[in-house]
Amino acid sequence: MKPDDVAYLTHMLRRRSGMMLGRAKPEFIEGRLAPVMRRFGFKDVSGLVAELRHGRDALARAVTEAMTTNESSFFRDRPSFDVFEQLVLPALLTRRGSAKRLRIWSAACAAGQEAYSIAMLLDDHKLAAKGWTIDVIATDISAEMVARGEQGLYGHFEVQRGLPVRRLVDHFSQEGSSWRVGENLRRMVTFRPFNLLDSFGWLEDIDVVFCRNVLMYLDHKAKVGVLDQISEVLLPDGYLMLGSVETPQGLSNAFDPVPGSPGLYVPARAALPRQAVG
Amino acid sequence: MRSCLVVDDSRVIRKVACRILSDLGFETAEAEDGVTALESCRAHMPEMILLDWSMPNMSGVEFLRALRRERAGDKPVVVFCTTENDVNSITEALGAGANEYIMKPFDRDIIQAKLAEVGLA
Ligand SMILES: C[S@@+](CC[C@H](N)C(=O)[O-])C[C@H]1O[C@@H](n2cnc3c(N)ncnc32)[C@H](O)[C@@H]1O
Repeated sequence: MKPDDVAYLTHMLRRRSGMMLGRAKPEFIEGRLAPVMRRFGFKDVSGLVAELRHGRDALARAVTEAMTTNESSFFRDRPSFDVFEQLVLPALLTRRGSAKRLRIWSAACAAGQEAYSIAMLLDDHKLAAKGWTIDVIATDISAEMVARGEQGLYGHFEVQRGLPVRRLVDHFSQEGSSWRVGENLRRMVTFRPFNLLDSFGWLEDIDVVFCRNVLMYLDHKAKVGVLDQISEVLLPDGYLMLGSVETPQGLSNAFDPVPGSPGLYVPARAALPRQAVG
Repeated sequence: MRSCLVVDDSRVIRKVACRILSDLGFETAEAEDGVTALESCRAHMPEMILLDWSMPNMSGVEFLRALRRERAGDKPVVVFCTTENDVNSITEALGAGANEYIMKPFDRDIIQAKLAEVGLA
């Protein structure tokens, strides 16, 4: 790969998604691009980059998606889900007891494992039967991942890492050697492709944002922008869950950590724009 | 050291599972069917049992039902590890007192994940 091409790809990726290639090896980049090259009929990266320089949007989108890391699993980083189950959910069920409405956003959902894990915990409370309206909104920049999430079909290995077998039999049905998420969970979750660099205007009044293991791939400016927009769509008494290696520190003053609760943040008291405006 | 009894009629599977488990800090023992496993448990009750389903002499589920009636037989954590990969089998195993369930083929990650499920990670 020519240094020029690497530079172009790095710049394009950063501009379109905020993702940083950092010191990614050429073999790594070529490996990720191989399926796109096959699909669009390019023999080498130079050809592909030459075409990108002409501004082919579909190609640029495919390249961007191909460079994402979609690693995830059900109940990934279990302590965070314990916090959600034992602290966040009980608090919200009390506070929203009269409105009976919960909106939870999985902001970089990969193939949907995070969103369905949330849905399983919500389903434990049989909220639908008690008249609650539950929306789990699951978004990702990768349309392919979003489509997988929508299908809700997971493989032999995926369902055995992080998912207790009890939940597997309770919430999934078998299709050959794969397992499909049950209808009642799928009804709770709405999938949609969405780039976190775009405007969050369509999102509002979110009770909990799960934004886990995505900031770590983004550059400083993108991180700042994402956290800033989250602070605007999150309700003043809502919650933000970050990945275990992520922190808003140095990026945003809008969130305070909840002591003793790994990954959990609440809107900072000093920064309650909604109430100030009121 | 934590102990795990690996019960499977395939010598290869026992070897693979034992290697993974001892890497993960378990002292391992092997049995090739339910009858031998039950004898082994009477002599020394392990903390965990990795259990195949279909084996000669006594199947995994028969063994588990018998085990749970033994003195201290409620103690070991029992994780099935089997090619019986359908919902009915899983439900039957859980009903018989299994704590977790691994569908073959398995790898190190799955064993590790299931150990975490049963609090033995
Ligand atoms: C490692 S996965 C995290 C999945 C899940 N949240 C978890 O913690 O397991 C990161 C996801 O972020 C997505 N992503 C990367 N940049 C993005 C952006 N600018 N907008 C939306 N999603 C993005 C990727 O497509 C990928 O699926």
